[in-house]
Amino acid sequence: MGGQKKTVSLFDDRGLRVDGRRIDELRPIKLEVGILDKADGSAYIEHGKNKILAAVYGPREAHPKHIALADRAVVRCRYHMASFSVEERKSPAPSRRELELSKVIREALEPSIMSEYFPRATIDLFIEVLQADAGTRCAGITAASLALADAGIPMRELVAGCAAGKIEGKVVLDLSDIEDKQGEADLPVALMPKSNVISLLQMDGSMSEDEFKQALEMGTAACRKIYEMQREALRQKYLVAREGNEEKEEMAEVKA
Amino acid sequence: MSTTHQFSPVAKLEQKTVVDLILKGKRLDERTPLDYRPVTIMLGTIEKANGSAHVYLGKTKVLVGVKVETGNPFPDTPDQGILTVNAEFVPLASPTFEAGPPDENSIELARVVDRGIRESKAIDLKTLCIDPGKKVFVVFVDVYVLDHDGNLIDAAGMAALGALVSAKMRAFEVKNGELKYKDEMIPLPINNHPVPITSAKIDGTIVVDPCLEEEQVMSCRLTVTTDKDNNVCAMQKGGLGVFTPDEVKQIVSTSISKSKELRQKVLSGVK
Repeated sequence: MGGQKKTVSLFDDRGLRVDGRRIDELRPIKLEVGILDKADGSAYIEHGKNKILAAVYGPREAHPKHIALADRAVVRCRYHMASFSVEERKSPAPSRRELELSKVIREALEPSIMSEYFPRATIDLFIEVLQADAGTRCAGITAASLALADAGIPMRELVAGCAAGKIEGKVVLDLSDIEDKQGEADLPVALMPKSNVISLLQMDGSMSEDEFKQALEMGTAACRKIYEMQREALRQKYLVAREGNEEKEEMAEVKA
Repeated sequence: MSTTHQFSPVAKLEQKTVVDLILKGKRLDERTPLDYRPVTIMLGTIEKANGSAHVYLGKTKVLVGVKVETGNPFPDTPDQGILTVNAEFVPLASPTFEAGPPDENSIELARVVDRGIRESKAIDLKTLCIDPGKKVFVVFVDVYVLDHDGNLIDAAGMAALGALVSAKMRAFEVKNGELKYKDEMIPLPINNHPVPITSAKIDGTIVVDPCLEEEQVMSCRLTVTTDKDNNVCAMQKGGLGVFTPDEVKQIVSTSISKSKELRQKVLSGVK
């Protein structure tokens, strides 16, 4: 963290952040379910300036066959950033960071998937970051969980992700890019809200034990808010679609 | 792509033994849940490296070598030296390790060790600048896993700290952007001492420092790296299970208290 020469103050005189947020305020989030035609399930998230697509293929036959497991589906995950998603062009080849994130994202989502229903199959999960502005792994998890639901894969519950952190000595929620670069700590969290368990937890920076506890509370509370948005996004896609169909059917009956 | 890992069938057979013991508050090697395995640290075992450390954590053996060379700085930090951490899972260390490019597990290990050193600002990288924007010192921290009996992150983290605090580099001065070495050796500029502590959750019980058999049946693990001022500087959850928020808080407190004696142990070997 740090290292940037030009530093600006991250709080104004009213105690608001550079983008006008309060310390415990999320960036605006937009969620859309089922936006890709070919994928079995898909979702799109805009979380602040983050723009991320997630797609699920499967359960499908394991290929190559030797990766198959006898008692459960294999879950595979690829987190990838587009070369133009960041300030300076990123090489499209997977970096060490992307390989690590693919692993922790898979481990964040796999506890929610009932993979024991599909032995010898794979469930493939693709996360493409089109534009990055800090917090991509959490936003990616939020979107990927919706894509899994959209694919009709049996799940224990949805997983929602959000980061908390520390900037200028204060614990804040959902760091933006400049806050992440200049800030003192970043704590990405993914939560399964109904059972209140944490499936992703990472941290870098420096926080005291009390600050950590405060940040963890803040992060998990935000995950619960995002969970409500996820449910609403699924409702929009499926409940509204079904109501639409029912109306059409009624109209057809009236005509007949 | 990151793929679900398959454990050996033996691990599944051993699962019951490990879990039954843990329910009684015992472990395979007669430790209690919060006991750490015996740690042995030997510093400076590789003379040709700038710094080196062998760490034995129970039967786990890890060697870290530090090399200091010159290189080009990163564009966003032109006036700072560079820290690079790499981990090799050498095939002689475990029947499951294969030669070849690093897999996600060795990348994760290297990145967690890296985060601990970097985020605690353990190395004063500003003093390792030679010519801003052109030439800086690069500190290579290379982790060699020699025998894998579980909890590689802690062993590697302690070995990296030991190798760094005992490392020596040639004294130097910079005149008009030119690097001139002197005869005497100086220690690396080390300001902080990060120590990672890993805990595993097995059938709802939290145990510290899991051995290999325990790692194979654990639902998940959490590594908490703390620095000399008891601040948390890096964390990493791994595995397919989940933690409750209370378990996380509990693990953070245990890690802070456990790290004190281990940090002392690593530093006591420095001459």
